[in-house]
Amino acid sequence: MSLLFEATPDGAGRYLDWIISGLAWTLCLALGAWTIALVVGTLVGVIRTFPDGILPRIGRVYVETFRNIPLLVQMFFWYFVLPELLPARIGMAIKQMDPPWGSFVPALICLGLFTAARIAEQVRAGLQALPKGQAQAANALGFDASGMYRLILLPQAFRIILPTLTNEFMTIFKNTSVALTIGLVELTATAREINENTFRTFEAFGVVTIIYLLIALIAWQVMHRIEQAARLPGIASGKA
Amino acid sequence: MRVDLAALVSAWPFLMTGLWFTLQITVVGVAGGIIFGSLLAVARLSRNRLLSGFATAYVNLMRSIPLILVIFWVFFLVPWAIGWFTNHGRPVAVGASLTIFVTFVLFEAAYYAEIVRAGFRSISAGQYSACEALGLSKFHSYIYILFPQAIRNVLPILLTQTIILFQDTSLVYVISATDLLGAATKIAQRDGRLVEMYLTVGAIYFIICYAASQLVKQLQGRLSYGAR
Repeated sequence: MSLLFEATPDGAGRYLDWIISGLAWTLCLALGAWTIALVVGTLVGVIRTFPDGILPRIGRVYVETFRNIPLLVQMFFWYFVLPELLPARIGMAIKQMDPPWGSFVPALICLGLFTAARIAEQVRAGLQALPKGQAQAANALGFDASGMYRLILLPQAFRIILPTLTNEFMTIFKNTSVALTIGLVELTATAREINENTFRTFEAFGVVTIIYLLIALIAWQVMHRIEQAARLPGIASGKA
Repeated sequence: MRVDLAALVSAWPFLMTGLWFTLQITVVGVAGGIIFGSLLAVARLSRNRLLSGFATAYVNLMRSIPLILVIFWVFFLVPWAIGWFTNHGRPVAVGASLTIFVTFVLFEAAYYAEIVRAGFRSISAGQYSACEALGLSKFHSYIYILFPQAIRNVLPILLTQTIILFQDTSLVYVISATDLLGAATKIAQRDGRLVEMYLTVGAIYFIICYAASQLVKQLQGRLSYGAR
């Protein structure tokens, strides 16, 4: 692994610095997109459980659209297609964003909304797994819809879906690698660049592979801790 | 912005060549992935700790790293590996499609292995004991008794994973292969028709995946209706 401490051709530092920078972009993208995904996914999951009206249908269209188109094609949509469809001035402003923001922002929106569709399905499954009596009791106690979801239904639904959310959280780190196709130099792109500069394939890809393994391990640990901290006595979790 | 339909019509045959390659990758990935994945699942359940340790490590490693990284690994390693096995001592040029087939079998096997393993665990312990009581060999008990039941129990998940695999094939873009998305990209760059091409392939992927997922949903309903 001596490769890490050798100077890079741009003279600005060592290959280790490239790796750290790539890792930082991977982490920023994953955590940022995860935040978007949780917020949007919860909202869409909730409206899908409404009894009638237009909202559940909008939720369904959202989920089906984002789940049935490959992430890479969605990435290209946000990066290449959307600026062309918007009014010329806004489109130009998007295209002229400084690197790496020009690729980071579309990647963030893309990955966030993509993952949101998957979280929405889990939230919906969690809400539907609750006994009907929970909603009825909330009604009887005089909660309005927002109070019922925020205070009664969602806290229980999230406890049920935590194991599948763990899976999703680990997946989002892997999915950040798709952003390399629109020019974000995240972890996998860094490995490719180091390989192109040094031809030391084993070391370049080996280091990055180990880092992904560590990320998966840490992400799992974090979610496991949350699962334990959120456990309520008398309520079984993880049976969605 | 003007949408040029004529450009789309003239691009259509090339897009279909790309879609054909996408389907080829899917078929190879599913067939190879399920065979290798089932072997991994059996190995994980084996009493031989070396075997089960290897299978567990393999599955966990593959599931922790992005598919794009695996594509790069195979893309750079297969030429070396073939050179080494054939005693050339130096890397041998390998076509992109071989690289891709190998990658998808290796990668998807890890995901199929977990699904098949869940299937094995859903079979009642009596089936395993019955196999032993009947004096069936390990091989025969898996082939005739355990595997068919395991597959039936997890069929909807298996098919859902296959839809995901179909979508994942688009990632071969990173080594410039001509799958559906690759074909669209090549035309888009040649003619400057990014918008038309990407919206079209998006629609094609959507129609195929949506139809497939509706079929899986129907099947799931049928299977759970005739619950054992």
